[in-house]
Amino acid sequence: MEFGPYLMLASLEGAVTTAVLSLTAVGLSLVFGVMRVVNVAHGEFFMLGAVLAWWIASAIGGMGGNPALGFVIALVLAPLVVGSIAAVADLTILSRIDYDPERTIVATIGLLYIMQQVTLMTYGPDARPVEAPFNARIALPWVEFADGRPQIYWPWGFGTTTYKLGVIVAAAIVLLGVWFVMARTRIGLIMRATQLDRDMALAFGIPVGRVYAFVFGLGAGLAALAAVLVVPIQQAHYLMGGDPLLLSFIVVIIGGLGSLPGTVLAALLIGMSDGIISVFFSPTLAKIIATLLVALVLVFRPQGLFGTRATR
Amino acid sequence: MLEVRDISAAYGPVQVLRGVSFSLGAGEIMCLLGRNGAGKTTVMKCIMGLLPLSAGQITLGGIALDRLAAHEISRHGVGYVPQGRRLFSELTVAQNLEVGRLARRSGPEVLDHVLGIFPRLAERLDQRAETLSGGEQQMLAMARALCLEPRLLLLDEPTEGLQPSMIEAIRHVVLDVQAAGVAVLLVEQRVDAVLSVASRVTFVENGQSREAMDIEALRADRSALVRYLGVQ
Ligand SMILES: Nc1ncnc2c1ncn2[C@@H]1O[C@H](COP(=O)(O)OP(=O)(O)OP(=O)(O)O)[C@@H](O)[C@H]1O
Ligand SMILES: [Mg+2]
Repeated sequence: MEFGPYLMLASLEGAVTTAVLSLTAVGLSLVFGVMRVVNVAHGEFFMLGAVLAWWIASAIGGMGGNPALGFVIALVLAPLVVGSIAAVADLTILSRIDYDPERTIVATIGLLYIMQQVTLMTYGPDARPVEAPFNARIALPWVEFADGRPQIYWPWGFGTTTYKLGVIVAAAIVLLGVWFVMARTRIGLIMRATQLDRDMALAFGIPVGRVYAFVFGLGAGLAALAAVLVVPIQQAHYLMGGDPLLLSFIVVIIGGLGSLPGTVLAALLIGMSDGIISVFFSPTLAKIIATLLVALVLVFRPQGLFGTRATR
Repeated sequence: MLEVRDISAAYGPVQVLRGVSFSLGAGEIMCLLGRNGAGKTTVMKCIMGLLPLSAGQITLGGIALDRLAAHEISRHGVGYVPQGRRLFSELTVAQNLEVGRLARRSGPEVLDHVLGIFPRLAERLDQRAETLSGGEQQMLAMARALCLEPRLLLLDEPTEGLQPSMIEAIRHVVLDVQAAGVAVLLVEQRVDAVLSVASRVTFVENGQSREAMDIEALRADRSALVRYLGVQ
C-alpha cells in the first residue's frame, strides 16, 4: 500500500476545496462579468456567511433545536441575509459612485474593513465550529496487486466523511442551478443582455440598476453559501475571508474573467492541485504554485486559460 | 407626436448638442441629415435617455421622456435601432428577439408577425447573433426593435455597409412600418435613399438643428444638401 491511497485521499480533499472554491469564485465571476466590478469585499461576504451560520445554528441549538435543523436553516437563511446586505450596499454605495472602476475598488475595500471590524466587535476574535448535520466516517476500500493476486485493504484507517461528500454534491447541484438560471430562464437572459451591452439593455427596458443590485447580492450569496458548507469543516472566524478572496481571484483570472464555465474548470484545476500538493508537500507550496500560475497566465494568456476572447 | 425642443447635451466636459429642435408626427418619416460628427447619433441617445440633457425637453404624445429613467422609455413604445447594430452578440437570434419583447411584454403573435417580415431570421433562430452576415444583423436589429411594437422607431444609419439589394429590402420594411402608423426618425447618409422614403428632413450642423424642409422642397432645390453636406 503505497502512493495510491494517498493520492485518493488527496483527490478527495481537493474535490472538497474545488466545490467550495467554485461556488465562491462563480459569485465573484458573475459580479465581474455582468457589472465589470472588482469586488474586493467578496471574501468578507464569505466570512459573514460562516459567522451567520454559527449564530443561527447556536440560536437554534440554544432553543433546544436539532443541530441538523440549525444547519439547514443557516444554509438557507445566511446566503439570503448576506445577499440582501450586498444588494443594499450596491444600491447605497456602488450605484452612487456609478461603478467607476477605481472608486469601486476603494469602496469595496472600505466594505471589507467595515464587515471585518463589525464582526470582530460583535462576534469576537474566536474561531467557532458549527456541527455538521451528518458526519459518518466512511472507510474506502483499496485494491492493490501484490504477489500476483489482488489484495483488498478494507476497512483501513483512511477514509472520508459523508459530510465532505455531501459538500461536493451540494456544490455541484448549486452550480447546475446557476447554469440553469443563466442559460434557460428570463432572469438569466436579462443578466446576460446586461452583461453584453448595458446601454442596449436599458434601451430595451431592462432596469439595469436593479439587475446590478440582484447580481451583486447573488454573487455575495453564493460566497456565503460556500462558507456555510465549509464551516463544519473549517470553523467560523472573522479573518477567514482572506484565503477565499485570493483563491477566487486566482481562479477567476485563470478561468477567464467573467466566464462561468472557465471559472469552474479553473476551480477544479486549483482545488485539485491544492489538495494534492498540500497532502504530498505543503499547503504553502500549493499557494505559491497557484500564484505563480496566475502570473504566467497574466503574461502569456491574459484572456485566461479557458477564455476564448481577449477581455474587453 | 415626438417633440424635441431645444435640447443640449454633453459627454463629460465636451458639449456636443447646442440646441436641437424638431417634431415628428405619427406615421411620418423624418430624416436627420448632417455631416459626420454633427451629433445625429447623440440626438437619438438623448431620446433613449442614454445621455442626460443639459437643457431642453423631449416629449412623446405628451409624456416627458426626459424625466423618465432610461429603462422606462421603451415601455412607451420607442424602438431603437442603433448605429452599428449593437446586437447582444453572444445571444441567439431568438434570445435577441426575446429581449426585444421584454419591455412591453409583447405576446408570441408579435414575434410571428416580426418573423413574417424577416423570414431569413426565422430560419436562423438558434444562431448566435455575432455569426450572422451584416445584412442579417441589420435585419435582427430592426426586428428586435419591432418586437416591442413601437409607435416611434429610431433608425440610425440602417444601410451602413450593406449591398444595394439589402438596402432595398430595408427601405421596404421602413415604408411598411410607416404604413402601419409608426413614426420613424431616420439618420441616413445616402441622400437617394432619404429622398425616396422620408417625408421631411431636418439638417443638423455642429450640434444645432438648422432648417427643416419638406422632401418635395428638397427634391426641387438641392442647394441645402450642398450647404450642409457638401454633396448635391
Ligand atoms: N461617448 C462619447 N464621448 C465623447 N464624445 C463623443 C462620444 N460619442 C460621440 N462623441 C462626439 O460627439 C460628436 C457627435 O457624435 P455623434 O456620434 O452624435 O455624431 P453623428 O452625427 O452621429 O456622426 P456620424 O455620422 O459619424 O455617425 C462627435 O464629435 C463625437 O466625437
Ligand atoms: Mg452617428
